[in-house]
Amino acid sequence: MDYATLIEVLGSTLRLGTPLLLACLAGLYSERAGIFDIGLEGKMLMAAMASGAVAALTGSAWLGLGAGIVASLIFAMIHGLASITFRGNQLISGVALNFVASGATVLIAQTLFHQGGRTPPLSGDARFHGIALPGVEALSSVPWLGPFYAKVISGHSLLVYLALAAVPLTWWLLFRTRFGLRLRAVGENPESVDTAGVSVIRLRYTALVLTGVLCGIAGAYMATALQAGFGREMTAGRGYIALAALIFAKWRPWYALGATMLFGFLQAIALRPDVIEGTLHMKIPVPALDALPYILTVIVLAGFVGRAIPPRAGGQPYVKER
Amino acid sequence: MTKLPTWADLVLVPLISLVLAAAISAIVILAIGGDPIEAVTVMVDGALGSPYGWGYTLYYTTSFIFTGLAVTVAYHAGQFNIGGEGQAQLGGLGVALVCLALPWPHWSMALLAASVGAALFGAAWAAIPAWLQAKRGSHIVITTIMFNYIGAALIVYMLVEVLRPVGQMDPASARFPEGAKLPNFGQIPGFDLIFSNKVPANVSFFVAVAACFAVWALLWRTKLGYEIRAFGKSESAAVYAGISPVRVIMLSMLISGGLAGLMAINNVMGESERLVQNSSEGAGFIGIAVALMGRNHPFGVFLAALLFGFLYQGGAEMGLWTTIPIELRLLLQGLVILFTGALDTMVRMMLLPFFRLARRAA
Repeated sequence: MDYATLIEVLGSTLRLGTPLLLACLAGLYSERAGIFDIGLEGKMLMAAMASGAVAALTGSAWLGLGAGIVASLIFAMIHGLASITFRGNQLISGVALNFVASGATVLIAQTLFHQGGRTPPLSGDARFHGIALPGVEALSSVPWLGPFYAKVISGHSLLVYLALAAVPLTWWLLFRTRFGLRLRAVGENPESVDTAGVSVIRLRYTALVLTGVLCGIAGAYMATALQAGFGREMTAGRGYIALAALIFAKWRPWYALGATMLFGFLQAIALRPDVIEGTLHMKIPVPALDALPYILTVIVLAGFVGRAIPPRAGGQPYVKER
Repeated sequence: MTKLPTWADLVLVPLISLVLAAAISAIVILAIGGDPIEAVTVMVDGALGSPYGWGYTLYYTTSFIFTGLAVTVAYHAGQFNIGGEGQAQLGGLGVALVCLALPWPHWSMALLAASVGAALFGAAWAAIPAWLQAKRGSHIVITTIMFNYIGAALIVYMLVEVLRPVGQMDPASARFPEGAKLPNFGQIPGFDLIFSNKVPANVSFFVAVAACFAVWALLWRTKLGYEIRAFGKSESAAVYAGISPVRVIMLSMLISGGLAGLMAINNVMGESERLVQNSSEGAGFIGIAVALMGRNHPFGVFLAALLFGFLYQGGAEMGLWTTIPIELRLLLQGLVILFTGALDTMVRMMLLPFFRLARRAA
């Protein structure tokens, strides 16, 4: 693999890793607060459809982003209603909402646009385009670093940088603020939080709001930045890969960045079989690459390579003692 | 009084959940400019109005019985097997390997061998998540989801690189030999008076019904069934009673995976007669809805599978003859799972005041 190809692959790693990163951080908030969320996939799908549709109708990517966040938030709140207020089974609720999303997105898109469940192709202001960071010109003459800066660091859409900024922000929020301490506590031992006079219910709903917003951005990125418009089932299991990355990252923000970029890299090279063959001098079947994130996650889950221990109160509805 | 009578819990709660899901779907149909009454008419007519419709409804029912039973057996052991989809696809691989291995002289022998192949492959695909749960404490929900994707990738690889006949473009196995052809309802003496030769419902329907009885007998009439249910109710009590968690988790998940795999004799052997990509078409997930709706009892699973068979065939007809997209059935399926599985407390809380009033009046 020559340097130009490597840079191309790395750039596409960042683009493909971004929705995974956003969804992974979304899952991080919810699971750290003790709410399992299998429904990341469904929320992303709803957001992708809503933002694709609204961006197509209004011609504004920003309004599309807003619509995506709202759609994702609605699903997050239904999940909250089922799993926090009515103390239902969180796993089943997530699975159910994924199906609702699969059906609802196509129904709505088909009704609005009559294009077989797709939204019309977006262009111009209806999309988030790549932005050039300052200094690309100045560095362009520098060998190695110049092209790297221009193609890998610079030139992505605003949402990519937003996702990257969300990593330190999440770390700070979770590990350096009172809110974060409480959020983590509510996922480990909700009784203690309740005893301290802090509302478990409100904390968990707050976590789900954050989850909804991040999934909304992830979905909007899929439809208005990564691709130009919504297509049926366009998230294609990314919600589950994000879930896998979350476990791979052991529920930590910086590790989440590493895990999602690793999985993004796998997706990026899966698109370039010629590069793999040229580098390794052997053919790796594409299905094997597709399956790799899941296989890696199972290995981590099995505890053979470092142990992934989920938040202790995850999945259990909180019942206040009377 | 904070509990509903048992009959209400078993019958009323699922029914109300279904009504709620149907009501929301009706609102959605209205919102997208369709006519709910017309939709229901088309569904009933298309799924139940003719022997042809019944032939499809019972075909889907057969698949859903298998996957519903798979979820049920795991549920009783306290395991949520979300991997029915992958196990059913691997079951399809088992069926294909068996069917293509020999020029089968008679379908009954082929069916017997293919059933074993399907169950073994399905069970094998459940074995690793089960073992990881039993021995390493890895969450079975996550591992079975991961195995769905790994399974799908494995099937793609097998179809493209191994099973695809030379010169064929689409990723699918060769057609199964003539001797492995299962008789459909139009070819069974007695049934052929009603059904035509065109229906996909086939003899594996009777295997599914037999599986219902077998699962009932297993859960409520054998020692293993008792161990499974005891373990599912209270792990610590079961361990105290000398029940081995590893044994219960492994056996219940192997049986569960085997049942999900068995589905393949219906769709792969009975209908498509070759292995294609994504052969299970979501039936593994519908098993979750079927088990929840059927309250994790084989008889309930049978009824719920029939209901979902109706919804599936009816939904297909609706997609064909009305402007309402076929995806409505996904929405309905999701809503049924949501109401029966996650919002059941809400449904119970809605019903409680009525029973309080009734009790006071009595």
